[in-house]
Amino acid sequence: MDKLLNDFSPGLFVVQTILLLLLIFLMVKFAWKPILNSLNEREEGIQGALDAAENAKKEMENLQADNQKLLQEARLERETMLKEARELKTKMIADAEEEAQAQAGKIIAQAQEAIESEKKAAMAELKSHVAGLSLDIAEKVVRGELSNKDKQIQLVESMLGEATLN
Amino acid sequence: MKIFQQSFKFITLAVLVFLSTSIYAKSSNEGEGQVSTKKEVEEYILHHIQDSHDFSLFSYTNDEGERKHFGFPLPVILWTSEGLVTFMSSEFHHNDDGHVIVEKDGQKFAKIHSKIYELESGASEVSFDEDHHAKNAHKVLDFSITKSVVGVLFVGLLMFFWFSRLAKQYKNKQIPTGFGRVLEPLVIYVRDEIARPNIGDKHYRKFTGYLLTVFFFIWILNLMGLTPFGFNVTGQLAVTACLAIFTLVIYTVSGNKDYWMHMLWMPGVPVLIRPVLAIIELAGAFLIKPFSLLVRLFANISAGHIVVMSLIAIMFTLKDTLTVAGATGLSLVLSFFITLIEVLVAFLQAYIFTMLSALFIGMAVAEHDHEHEHDENGHEIPDAEDVRENFI
Repeated sequence: MDKLLNDFSPGLFVVQTILLLLLIFLMVKFAWKPILNSLNEREEGIQGALDAAENAKKEMENLQADNQKLLQEARLERETMLKEARELKTKMIADAEEEAQAQAGKIIAQAQEAIESEKKAAMAELKSHVAGLSLDIAEKVVRGELSNKDKQIQLVESMLGEATLN
Repeated sequence: MKIFQQSFKFITLAVLVFLSTSIYAKSSNEGEGQVSTKKEVEEYILHHIQDSHDFSLFSYTNDEGERKHFGFPLPVILWTSEGLVTFMSSEFHHNDDGHVIVEKDGQKFAKIHSKIYELESGASEVSFDEDHHAKNAHKVLDFSITKSVVGVLFVGLLMFFWFSRLAKQYKNKQIPTGFGRVLEPLVIYVRDEIARPNIGDKHYRKFTGYLLTVFFFIWILNLMGLTPFGFNVTGQLAVTACLAIFTLVIYTVSGNKDYWMHMLWMPGVPVLIRPVLAIIELAGAFLIKPFSLLVRLFANISAGHIVVMSLIAIMFTLKDTLTVAGATGLSLVLSFFITLIEVLVAFLQAYIFTMLSALFIGMAVAEHDHEHEHDENGHEIPDAEDVRENFI
């Protein structure tokens, strides 16, 4: 201990104190401050860039999710639209068929009616024609009768034979 | 990495060889004979551990039996009883036992074991008592540019050159190039591993400059102590004491209310115990902490120097039992491995000093949450642990 204290040099202590103070002052002013400031700046820059990248990634993810959602919605809509169209188509076909059937039935009925009425008219005309013809025959018979009795009878018979053809 | 390891090994080996040869050159010619006995080796080592007034690289005896010293003198600056006196250390002619008297402005000076003594007026030479203490001379305040001061100046300039260049690089680019790329991670290491965890995010910035300066100062000086130039700056009590006192001043000045409260009037403890605790705390803060800092660094570095030099001295002390080749080989192998360990110790001691300084500062500026404070018993140890836990 005595020797240690003997070795202690107060002069060196003073010189070292002055030099260390000077060194700390110079280093802080010209080295550590600018270095630490630049390091901080750089680290903040890196952190900022990382944060920005992270944000961009999140945004991208959000966008992608949105896109996915939109796509899904569009797909669903398309499907419903297709489904509706298909239904509409079948319904339209069914309707058209029904209508056509109804129309056809109606036309057939009308045609039948027309045929019926034509037939009736034709029958009526035939009857009136037959009546006229009968009158003509009767007239001729009467005339023939008046001129030739045998011939008249013969004529009547032949006329009647003709009339049954109708 | 491999290249780095290889070149590292090569440099260490070269340093070792250089160191051993320079010591050999010196020791074999020291005084009248060789340094070969254990006592002479011990004296030589103790002499090296001390600061020196001249920068000697090696010395030898030429054919005429004359001692030649290779190195350069350094200025001696003394504050004597009659004021400032300066002269060059070469005037002592490398004498270290007080036999060469330098006369300057009517005052006489002698150098004994690296200390300069002023002779009392009238005395023409130093007379010693039985314990080899000078009887008619007294020590003077010695502000000389000693070898340690040269070391400090050199490291200061080196640090300033390196780091101001690194600082300038940031003006033009984001990432430094060249040697700055090596220095930058070290700066970040001190900031992120020493300053920030121990002091806390809020206050660390203010103290990082001091911690960085001290870290690189100690580390580079420790490494310089391993070179053949034989600096032993961090093994000087004056230097480590100065560093420790800087830390003491910083944590005393920046201590907040909580710190002083815990030191002088510990909360949560019976009132009667508080003064006792205050005495213990005061002793801890003003004596034990700085003392542990200064002794740890001084003792580790001095011990390292003594061990390396003792192992090198195996060359002389075991020459008779192991033959010259055997003793030299053993000495080289042992001192090689010890030097490797010393490279580690050089970093470790710089780290520990900086780390403990940061921890002490951290304890002084820590902000306690008051809820916690009342719950606690108020012990010093859990308190310190608590501060650590908060930040590590």
